[in-house]
Amino acid sequence: MNFAHRHVLGIKQFNAEELNFILDTAKSFKEINTRKIKKVPTLRGRTIVNLFFEASTRTRTSFEIAGKRLSADTVNISASSSSVVKGETLEDTARNIEAMHPDIIVMRHSASGACHYLAERLDCSVINAGDGTHEHPSQALLDAVTMIQHKGQLAGLNVAIIGDITHSRVVRSNIDLLHKLGASVRIAGPKTMLPPGLERLGCKVFSRVAEALEGADVVMMLRIQLERQGKTLIPSLREYSRYFGLNEKNLALAKPDAIIMHPGPMNRGVEISSAVADGAQNVILDQVENGVAVRMALLYLAAGGEKQNHDADEGDIHEQLAD
Amino acid sequence: MAGEMTEILDSTAIQRALTRIAHEILERNKGVDNLVLIGIRTGGDYLAAELQQKIAEIEGVKVPLGTVDITMYRDDLGHRSNLEVGQTDIRFPLNDRCVVLVDDVLFTGRTIRAAMDALVDLGRPRTIQLAVLIDRGHRELPIRPDYVGRNLPTSRSEQIEVQFNAQRGPIGVNLFK
Amino acid sequence: MNSLLIKNGRVLDPANEIDAQLDLLVVDGRVAAIGKNLSAAGAQIIDAEGLLVTPGLVDMHVHLRDPGLEYKEDIISGTAAAAAGGVTSIACMPNTRPVIDNLAVCRYIINKAKEQGTANVFPIGSITQGLKGEMLAEMGELKDGGCVAFSDDGVPVVSSELMRRAMEYADTFGAPIISHAEDLSLVGGGVMNDGPVATELGLKGIPWVAEDAMSARDIMLAEFTGAHLHLAHVSTRGSVELVRLAKARGLRVTCEATPHHFTLTDEAVRGYNTNAKMNPPLRAQGDVDAIRAGLADGTIDAIATDHAPHHIDEKNVEFAVALNGIVGLETLLPLTLRLVEQGIIELSQAIALLSCQPAAILGIDRGTLTQGAVADIALIDPYFSWQVEPTKLRSKSKNTPFGGWKMKGAAVKTILAGKLVFER
Repeated sequence: MNFAHRHVLGIKQFNAEELNFILDTAKSFKEINTRKIKKVPTLRGRTIVNLFFEASTRTRTSFEIAGKRLSADTVNISASSSSVVKGETLEDTARNIEAMHPDIIVMRHSASGACHYLAERLDCSVINAGDGTHEHPSQALLDAVTMIQHKGQLAGLNVAIIGDITHSRVVRSNIDLLHKLGASVRIAGPKTMLPPGLERLGCKVFSRVAEALEGADVVMMLRIQLERQGKTLIPSLREYSRYFGLNEKNLALAKPDAIIMHPGPMNRGVEISSAVADGAQNVILDQVENGVAVRMALLYLAAGGEKQNHDADEGDIHEQLAD
Repeated sequence: MAGEMTEILDSTAIQRALTRIAHEILERNKGVDNLVLIGIRTGGDYLAAELQQKIAEIEGVKVPLGTVDITMYRDDLGHRSNLEVGQTDIRFPLNDRCVVLVDDVLFTGRTIRAAMDALVDLGRPRTIQLAVLIDRGHRELPIRPDYVGRNLPTSRSEQIEVQFNAQRGPIGVNLFK
Repeated sequence: MNSLLIKNGRVLDPANEIDAQLDLLVVDGRVAAIGKNLSAAGAQIIDAEGLLVTPGLVDMHVHLRDPGLEYKEDIISGTAAAAAGGVTSIACMPNTRPVIDNLAVCRYIINKAKEQGTANVFPIGSITQGLKGEMLAEMGELKDGGCVAFSDDGVPVVSSELMRRAMEYADTFGAPIISHAEDLSLVGGGVMNDGPVATELGLKGIPWVAEDAMSARDIMLAEFTGAHLHLAHVSTRGSVELVRLAKARGLRVTCEATPHHFTLTDEAVRGYNTNAKMNPPLRAQGDVDAIRAGLADGTIDAIATDHAPHHIDEKNVEFAVALNGIVGLETLLPLTLRLVEQGIIELSQAIALLSCQPAAILGIDRGTLTQGAVADIALIDPYFSWQVEPTKLRSKSKNTPFGGWKMKGAAVKTILAGKLVFER
């Protein structure tokens, strides 16, 4: 198929066929990560800048490993999110980096839409590694790979997502992806953490966790923080744990073979009990493993997608390689 | 595919050629010890499976069979729109093995270069030999096949296609002008 | 004697219930006569065949940015934008630097507008000193100096007690209080309307109740004090309903709506369009419908732009850090005429919302073509087709969400006190 995307800004930009193509590509890259020499020359000579305006060890590391396994030169830049304070605008920061001619910028930023903003203004590919509370496409894709790994396919799955939906970019990407590929999504959490319009996005919304868990194939727990943007949305972590946490008792409401996912980092004893976190249904480390393969696929596709209107000699090269 | 089509080999002729190649492989390697077959996706992997079957008929031993996908080793990323990445499937160590790399049509040699790079990343074979059904010339790299089904002089603009049936059996080789 | 005769136009003067093919004679900057087949020896003649002849428009909510923020707009560029939009009178908000909370700033604005401007400028004084919400500004002196109303526009008066005293004190001098009704604790860090679009975009929402709750408080304070309360830029269904109820109960409550709030919804924010970021935010379709209904039934008294110029560098940033507001003076008229074309309001209603009604709220003797009135006149071609090109706006700032829109209707001549100040 013709994958016509130079940027990866969100799940929203892809249709079902494209999403499946990315997932298939990721599956192929997964094999490399099991080899002794975990490196292929695919992106040799390419430069990838990991531009992180927000601290994120695991996503950054995952993208860095993905880039290195594809033989790209990866550079990590930790920038301050409050560029306004420094007096340099996001555009200026990005232009400075672009002047060094990277092929791909992988960006994490605290402002929703920041990657969109950058992609409109720069010539290189932009991959969204999380923008504000908007999207986190690579996380949704690695979640999908993990669900397919354990459940065969996404179509027909009941996925329960529980926690702070309002402040979760992971959820927004996941809802879109899961719906496009035929799964149904149930959402649960205290009403202080449920934004308006979830029904319009096709989700079933519950304020009781038990209702969302019943018969679920996949349970995705979100990280809870007491303070969000200076607001207290719940009285205490203790109370949250009691009414909205996942434990062995309410987990029994889900299907017996249900898998448990978490985008990490987990708060043991808050949104997930230790017993469940260490239980056999937990696939959190599979998520991490699949993350590298998904990010390799995104880097590969973004790099190849850069010349859609190919030059005249493309046909020639294509033919020569058809041997 | 546009233009005039000429059949180069039919199913019977292909089988004859593969049987001969199987004998040559056994002769050159003095049996099946340490021998493994690796087919290049897609086409070469189907032919490698045929060769495995023929060798089994002659020697009574099924030699290990693997497939290699060379997409990640291509040298033309960015000059084309995205190609699907297939999976490499080699479930045995390559160290000190005598590898016979199998492809359907040998042309510029760039695919073979990529496949050898891929194999070397997976281990250190003792030898790598190359078996192809058709050698159509126009090499751009110093690569020479060890076993050839048919040498076929072509012009650059012509195209060669090996056809397979639904069971992945080769049923014909056609030339398009 | 300097005279001007406008012939054959459709004279529309809602204050005097005039709507007919008539001639209008201006002598020495004032309306001398309106009638059929007027003639005047030596008068300059303008043929207004096919044009509307209306009072110069009154925009009661404009940010002129002068003094202090002239890189965004100044009195010269702001009044030029007004003239191009058929607007001859503007009331300017006090959030300048320094704030219009003292006579010096008030006089500076009035004098500069008189000397260099192409529209009448009526300053609105701040309710509190420095817009800080602590001490009342010297409203008596400001009113005497030319301020027509008082407002802390941009920020609400948080303290209910202070708002009560402001209403009582302003009423002493016969000036209305213009409320920027917003409960900041409910706004939180919101940057757009709270709703499904905000959820999808991952942007923090401002719920409608943030406006409704404060509108309700201010209306109750208006009832309690008996003062004249004017609600600026109502954007929610609830605010419109609250005003409707207040009017039914005979309170001295008026309000205005902006063209963007009756034209656009929060869908315009998609793509993180910072030119769709304003405060109050663009709301949902139900709110837009309620505002249109409020304009139709007279609940809403005026259409005002909330013209808020910002430099490109203040908009060409991430959505969350972009400044609020858009320019509006040059798109006010065509966007209002769209409502007429869509059958929501009558043409004479549209002109009243843009002229005599806001003038009455501010207590200024403009917005009519009454004999003897200052001859501020707009000649409008209601069928003039044009496309909004931001770079061609007269305003210093180009922050409009209507760039590329095809518009119908424009002022082709704008006359200020008998003098032509704009011609298309």
